Formats: sequence, structure tokens, C-alpha cells
Amino acid sequence: MSADHHAEHPTGISRWLFTTNHKDIGTLYLVFSFIMAIVGGVMSLVIRSELWQPGLQLVEPNFFNQMTTVHALVMIFGFAMPAFVGLANWMIPMMIGAPDMALPRMNNWSFWILPFAATLLILSLFMPGGGPAGGWTIYPPLSVQGGIGVDFTLLAIHMLGISSILGSINIIATVLNMRAPGMTLMKMPMFAWTWLITAFLLIAAMPVLAGAVTMLITDRHFGTHFFDAAGGGDPVLFQHVFWFFGHPEVYILVLPAFGVFSQIIPTFSRKPLFGYASMVYATASIAFLSFIVWAHHMYTVGMPMAGELFFMYSTMLIAVPTGVKIFNWVSTMWRGSMTFETPMLWALGGVFTFAVGGFSGLMLAITPADFQYQDTYFVVAHFHYVIFGATIYGLFAAIYYWLPKWTGHLYNETLGKWHFWLTTIGFNLTFFPQHFLGLAGMPRRIPDYALQFTEFNRWSTIGAFFTIISQLIFFYIAIRAMKGGAKATDQVWEGADGLEWTLSSPPPYHSFAVAPKVK
Amino acid sequence: MADAMHDGKRQQDVRTAANRRLALKLAAVTLAMFGFGYALSPMYDAMCKALGINGKTGRTDAQTVAAQPVDVTRTVTVEFTGLAISGLPWEFKPLVKKLELHPGETREVKYLVRNLAKEEITGQAIPSVTPGETAPHFKKIECFCFTRQTLKPGETREMPVRFVVDAGLDKGVQTITLSYSFFNIDKLSAQKYGGTSLAQAGEHADHDHVHPAPGG
Amino acid sequence: MFIKLIRRFPGIVSRLILGLGLWLSAPAVFADYALNFQKPVTPVAHRILELHNMILLICVIIFVLVFGVMFYSIFAHRKSRGYKPAKFHDNATLEVVWTVIPFLILVSMAIPSTATLLEMDDTSKSDLTIKITGYQWKWKYDYPDQDVSFFSTLATPRDQIENKAAKEQHYLLEVDNPIVIPVGKKVRFLVTANDVIHSWWVPQLGVKKDAIPGFINEFWTRADEAGTFRGQCAELCGKDHGFMPIVVNAVNPEDFTKWVAMQKDKAAAESASGAKTWSKDELLEKGKKAYAGTCAACHGVEGKGIPGVFPALDGSQIATGPVDEHIKTVLHGRATGKFGAQMPAFAAQLSDADAAAIITFERNALGNKTGDVVQPSQVKSLRK
Repeated sequence: MSADHHAEHPTGISRWLFTTNHKDIGTLYLVFSFIMAIVGGVMSLVIRSELWQPGLQLVEPNFFNQMTTVHALVMIFGFAMPAFVGLANWMIPMMIGAPDMALPRMNNWSFWILPFAATLLILSLFMPGGGPAGGWTIYPPLSVQGGIGVDFTLLAIHMLGISSILGSINIIATVLNMRAPGMTLMKMPMFAWTWLITAFLLIAAMPVLAGAVTMLITDRHFGTHFFDAAGGGDPVLFQHVFWFFGHPEVYILVLPAFGVFSQIIPTFSRKPLFGYASMVYATASIAFLSFIVWAHHMYTVGMPMAGELFFMYSTMLIAVPTGVKIFNWVSTMWRGSMTFETPMLWALGGVFTFAVGGFSGLMLAITPADFQYQDTYFVVAHFHYVIFGATIYGLFAAIYYWLPKWTGHLYNETLGKWHFWLTTIGFNLTFFPQHFLGLAGMPRRIPDYALQFTEFNRWSTIGAFFTIISQLIFFYIAIRAMKGGAKATDQVWEGADGLEWTLSSPPPYHSFAVAPKVK
Repeated sequence: MADAMHDGKRQQDVRTAANRRLALKLAAVTLAMFGFGYALSPMYDAMCKALGINGKTGRTDAQTVAAQPVDVTRTVTVEFTGLAISGLPWEFKPLVKKLELHPGETREVKYLVRNLAKEEITGQAIPSVTPGETAPHFKKIECFCFTRQTLKPGETREMPVRFVVDAGLDKGVQTITLSYSFFNIDKLSAQKYGGTSLAQAGEHADHDHVHPAPGG
Repeated sequence: MFIKLIRRFPGIVSRLILGLGLWLSAPAVFADYALNFQKPVTPVAHRILELHNMILLICVIIFVLVFGVMFYSIFAHRKSRGYKPAKFHDNATLEVVWTVIPFLILVSMAIPSTATLLEMDDTSKSDLTIKITGYQWKWKYDYPDQDVSFFSTLATPRDQIENKAAKEQHYLLEVDNPIVIPVGKKVRFLVTANDVIHSWWVPQLGVKKDAIPGFINEFWTRADEAGTFRGQCAELCGKDHGFMPIVVNAVNPEDFTKWVAMQKDKAAAESASGAKTWSKDELLEKGKKAYAGTCAACHGVEGKGIPGVFPALDGSQIATGPVDEHIKTVLHGRATGKFGAQMPAFAAQLSDADAAAIITFERNALGNKTGDVVQPSQVKSLRK
């Protein structure tokens, strides 16, 4: 049966253009996201190079601003989100015992929007007047000042948004409708759970961003005054709408990674996940809370006292379910029988790194203290710890974990560990000193700085080059494993548990042609 | 075997239909959230008006004010300030910088405005009050900001604001500041006078407007 | 009642923590490796530092505890040591405990935070009002009751920014006209913006507030010691966001009164200077300075501009063409559409003498040799 299907699908370029297969599309997403990661990474090196020493040496301030803006947009919308949609495509059907995604044709569309959107975004840099230079938060009135490059960017954001909404609808439909008989919701693997919740976050948050972006476009070109004080609008309204999307967006980036940690830690602890139900509830509470904390990004705009207090309290509350998750992971490890293969290293490193970002997040929640932290390098350090810690560590953990399943080959374990340790050293060297820079008073998004910030900026720049160069190891490992290597067993890892490990390595083109029965 | 396959096929059709229905529902949710994004704008305005979140002041009429008691036991200082935003070549300032009043009492102050350009220009003043919580209690009966102001070249005008601070004002408030930002309402004109942002939407390299400089 | 209660909360514990924080930060103020906030000089800045240190301490303790357990487990419960896995995967009591305890810790953080926030918000009973207006890329300060008003721009020479000269101690944190406040007096700031959103931030004063066009915000501070306190714009506001510092001089009240008087004399002299006739050398000297502060950021120290973005003045039509056009461009701005940015109007910021000096300088330096001398009176006549 599976051999028949194999014969049907086309080969060559048209296989990839017209594919409706969840694995092919998953691969496309992952390849695309890594291309974007290289683009965004190069931009970060431009930023860090300019900041190597005080003074303007490499780039003009305006180009510097374009780099910080586009780096963020590329990394968030081009790298982190598509990478996890790719993982979802690959793994969710295999984990819940489905033959494919629920809506295969839509799956194809949602991917193929991305390259066009990304091209548009990158092209904006080459337009007269340059690309967007107002930060990824595109606050008006500053974002109203830019030229046609800003319109390119806004359109690109629309397209990226549509892509991820289509992807989310597909994931929800797959998880809700395609589960194997016997797999109740509360028996689902955590990765499927966190993605289900993430997908709901996406369809609730992304359209709000689309609304904000649309209003920005009409303000720029069609004479509306949503955010224009001259016409009775309010620039702060944009910030409210933006962060109503923007805060859930953070959880969109990290929740799937939490799911990955929850898959990997039990495997390598050889012990079931501790507190499965509380993990599900904690994830859902985080998702819910993410919609009522947005204005903690805007403590300094001059909100009334009641607002400042409400958002401070609600933000602090997020620490509770997040803490529950970390405690559960630690308890899963407790009295397990642990080994530390590369995926486990990335998962533990991810939990650790994310926790650092979580704690600085709690500090940022405290309104009076935030008046000092707001818009400084402390914030830059914080969100890199959160997003690098959860999203990128989670992504690498997932790739090393499932790569033998995908390719049928074991990767080079020693090199994998080198990749982990070098990245970890480089990352911390880059971002830990930025906490101090922020506390000492260095604002973010500046191309030049006062002399007392020189030393830590040097560390940070060295760390950035170190981190990015270390990623070459990963590309080498991944390509080697795709081409060949020792054969992987079906279960791959001794402690691995779940439907995906019952399939062959590599798995058949259509995952479960006959649905498995789950006890 | 054939039965199993047939069953499988039927089950797949049922599933496909269910998937479509769910996808449509989710698409509807998406659209609703898009609408919600837009609805945030009027909702925010309504909230601001009710709570004075962004310092937008209220409006009232003389009759309503006359019916209100004056609280002579309290004195509140009201300060006045103003800014002509770049792009509006006007001199703009309050003639009285501050005054003291009792809540409930109607007062009038004047702002001076002078058009420094050699052509007719129209501006719109946008009021803002701080502390923001006082905005719902700061009510204007008459204000030059209710309408656009058009000034002939070189024209000077004294413009009145008649207002009342109602007695519901929080007891802790001693000082209220009323600030106006005066904007050029015409984007091209604002550009010509060096306005860099707010009035700049249609900015593109293609429309060539090397206007004669003012006075030219 | 609630508010009164939490106002008193901090007490001895936070004093101790403050001590720790000062110990951490004090020696670091002048070192290159500053690890904590700059030295606070206002009551609110002190409270914020206390809060920051307290919360940091709590976070570090929890972090060490939780990850201590994790690392112990990593060390002890590993397969290579022959450890056999346990089977448990649930414990309701534990789940409740680690939900409730963090919650209580959070409440204990929220109380002093709320108290500090209420203190920051109370702008009443101020002794002095200063209005701040954010411009791309400078600050304007108005003292409405003293009738003092001036712009404050970056004073660091372009040579240092472009690495052509050695950088001095206060590189990028120095301005031509610092804002002056009296020590020990409660100063209330009003803040708004002319173009885009800016944010006025001086770390040592413990204040940061967004300047939003069309809207007015307020905050307060009270410097308890004399000194010079430096800050920067904190909200991305375009090209020169990194080049609009803030310098606050806190002086004793007598010196403040003297300073106000001096500012008034200066303003009077400035308006008188518009009436006198200047020599070419005087104008060139004044113009060179004023050009560096006002024009060089875009047009370049040498007047070369940035191709495609900012026009060169060297040999430009404006700077070598009719004098009146040149004056009008400086006063009222110009948009040609040929460049990414447009020339803003400087009428509000430059005195007649400054404008005359700049224009004379531009026409006789930067590679231009028109020989024209522009007098303040000529500028004045073109203002309207």
C-alpha cells in the first residue's frame, strides 16, 4: 500500500512545488527557516560589528536601525515561527497516528506564501530611502516617516501572518480530527498539546496584528488617522493593539519548545513526564494570561495608576504556571536514569537558559523597576534569553532528537555535543554582559555608545561571532546525516516512547495508512 | 480486505468533511479577531473618554455647567501650554500661563496665534490634559480646538477657551495642565514648512514639489 | 488603608538590600565593568534600586535552589552510575505547594512595588515646573514660570563620532545647554513631542517617561545632591536616536536663581545681537560652531552630506545660489523629493544671529567661496 503511494508522487522540483505531503512540507519549512536564520544572523553580525567600539565605523545610523529592525522581523517571522510549523508538520501526524495533515492542499499554500513574503521583506532594504528603520515594533509616528520600503515590510508582515494562520488552522484541524482511535486529548504527546494551544494563540493574535498593520497602511496612504494625533488619533493606541498581538507572540514562539522539552526530558530520564495534566493546564494558563498582560511593554507611556498596577500584577502571575512547568521538568528528572545525548543537552540547556530569561522577565514586570529597564540592553538580554533559550534550544533539541527518525541515520554524537557547548558558551558570552550594560544605562537600538559601555560590548561582539560560526558545525552534522551514516533503529533512543517511534526510520511517505490503536 | 479499504475510504471522506467544517469555523474566528483588532480603536476611545486614559478632554455646554454647584472650599491651579508642531509656521502661546479656580466655576483664557508665513494656512489644535485622570472632569464649553483655524498671511488672532473643572475632580489633584499641539492640516503644506512626520503620509520621491519658499 | 499599609512595608530589610546594592554599584560607577544601576540621587531612584536588588536577590535564591536540585539530580540520577529509574509521575500535593509558594513570594514582591509606584505617581506640591519637548533629535526645555526656554543638543564634535579625533570622557553624553534644576526641590516635568515618540531618561534621577506628539505626560523628581546627571533618549526616534543625550545639572537653589538671571541676560543679548552688524570673521567663527551643532549631523562636518540621503552643501545650488533662497531654506525647511530626508525648518531654534552666522559660514567654507556676508537683520526680514 505504501509502495503504491510512493509511486504516485512526482520527483524533482515539482515534487516540492506541488507537494501536499506533511513530511515534504515540514522539510521545506525547516530549510526555509534555516536560510532565514542565516540572513538574520548576518544582520546581527553587522549590528555587533558596529558596536565593537564607540564611534561610527561600519554603517550609517539609519542603516543600523534597518538592521536591528529587519534582523528581528526575519528571526521572528522568517526563522522561529516557520521552523516550529515545520516541526509540527513533520511530527504531529506521526505522533497522533494520522496519515497526513488534515488539510494537505492548504498546507502547501501556507508554505509557499513564505518565500514571497521573505523576498519582499529583504527587498525593502534596497528601496529608495531604505528598509524599515523604526524597530520591529513599527511604532507610529516613526513608522509613518519611512519610504516605500516600509510598505513592502507591512505587506510582507501581512503575508507572513496569513501563512501562519493557515498553518495554525491546519494544525488545529489535524489535532482535533485526525487522532488515532483511543488517543484521547489527555493522552496526546505534550508536543501536540503545546502546538494545539499555540495554534489557538496564533489565530487569536495574528489577525489583531493584521488589523494594526492595515490601520498603519491606511494611515500612511489613505488619510485615516487611527494613530495620528493631528487627526484625533493616538499613537499609543497602536502600541496597545501591537502588544495585544506581541505578547501572545512571545508564547507562540516558546510554547512549542516547551512541548519539545516535555518530549525529550522523559526519554532521556527513562521515566514518564511528571505532572502531565498540570503541564497541560499550565500551558493553557500561560496562553490565557498572555492576552491580559500586553501593556507591561508600555509602562512608560503614561498610563493611569490602575492600569500600571493591573498589568504589573497580571504579568507577575505568569511566573506561577511557568514555575510549575520548570518544577515538573525537574521532577521528571528526579530519580530517573539519565543519559545526556545531544537532544537532552539542548533540552536542559534550554530550560536553564529560558529560566534566566524568565527571572529577568519577572524583574521587568515590576513597574517601578521597569522604568529603569525599559528600552535598555537589559530588555535585549532578557528577550534573547527567552527566545534563544526556549525557541532555538528547543529547535535544536527537536532536530537532534528526531533527525535519526527523519533520515534513518544516526548523526555524529560527538560533533553534536561540540555544537551544543560552543553555542552555549557563545550565546552566554553575547547576552549575559548585556544585562549589565542595560543596568548601567545603555539604551537599546543605538549605533554608538558612551565610553563606559565599551568593554561589555566587546565581549558581546566576540560572543556573537563565536555563536554564529559555531552553527557551521550544525549544518555539517545535518547534511552528513541526510547523506548517510550508521542506520538508526525504529525506536532510536532507549527511553523513547510514542507512536512516531513505532514507524520505521526513515518513516514511510504516508505515516499511518492504517490508524494504529492507542490503549 | 476490500471491506476494510472501503471503510477506510468512507471514514476518510467523513474526516475530510469534518476538517473542512472546522477549518471554516477557524477562519471565521480569524476574521472575527481581525475585526476585533479594528474594534480596539473605538473601544480604546470609549475607554479613554470614560477614564481619561490618554488625557483627551471632554466637552460640555453652558446650561449643564450653570446647573452645577461651585465648590468654593477647594482651589485648583490650571496651567496652560502650547506647541506649534514643525510644519505649522505659527507662533502659538497662552496669554495666561496659569490661574487658580474653584471646581465648578466657568473660566475663560486666551491663546495667541500668529501666522508667520506669507500664505493662508489652516491648523487644527489637539488638546491634552495631565494628569490623565483629570481629563473627564476638565470640560470645555468653547474652544478654538473645536474647529479648524485658518489664518491669513501674517494674521494674529486671540482665541478663547472657556472651560470648567467639575466638582467631581479627585480631591488629591492640585494642578491640571492643559496643553495644545497645533498641527498643519495639509500634508503638503506641512512638508513645505519642514514638518517631518505626522503630516507626512503621502511622502514619495515622485511628486515633485519644489514649492516657492515662503515669501518667495 | 491598603495603600498606607504598603507604603510602610519596606523597612529594615530593604535598607540592608540597598546597602548591598550600593556596595555593588558604588565602586562600579567609574569602572568599565559597571554591574548595577548608576548611583541613585533621588528618593525614588533609591527606592527603585532597593526594589531591584531585593527582587534580584529573591530570583537568584530561587534559581540556585531549583537548579541546585536539577544539577544534583543530573549528578546523582544518571544511568552511567547504574541508577535505576523510579516510576512515579504525579503528586497532587507537590503541585499545589509549588503553585501556592511562588504565588506568596509574588505577593511579597508586589507590595513594595506598589508602594514605590504610588510614590512615583504623586506629582503634587511641586516647587518648579519644566516642560520638555522632544524633537528629532534634540530636546527643548521651557521653564514657564521663569520665562526661560532653550534647545539642548549633542555637544560631542562629529570628529570624535567619526573616529577622526580622540573621544573625551563624556563622549555622546554631553550637550551644549544642560538643563538646570535646584537641589532639594520637587521638580515637576511636563513632557510632549514635536514629531515622533521620544523618551526622556536620566538613570540617576530614576525617571523615564515617553514624549508623545499630541499628548502631554508628567512626572517628578527631586535631586538630593548637587551634580551632573546624564541620560539619553530611550525610545527609538529615527536616525539620530543615539545622539540626543540629556544632561541635568543639579545646583543649590541660590545658584539656580543666578542661572535663571543669566539665562535671561543671555536671551536679551541674543535678541540685541540681531540688531547689530557683524564682521565677516565674527560670523564665520560663530557660524562654524553653530554649524557643527545644528547642521553637521546630516550635512557632514565637511559639508559632503550622505549621497542619496542628505545633500552635500559643498557646491550645492542652495549654498551658492541666491542668498534669500538659502536663508529661507534654513528658516522654513525644504522638500525637494530628491533626497530620502527633507530639510526641517529651523526658524524656531535659531536666533537671527545664529542663522546669519551659519549661512555665512556655509557660503564661505565647506568648499564654497561666494564671499557673501549675511547679517542678522537680513534673516529677520525673511522670517515672516
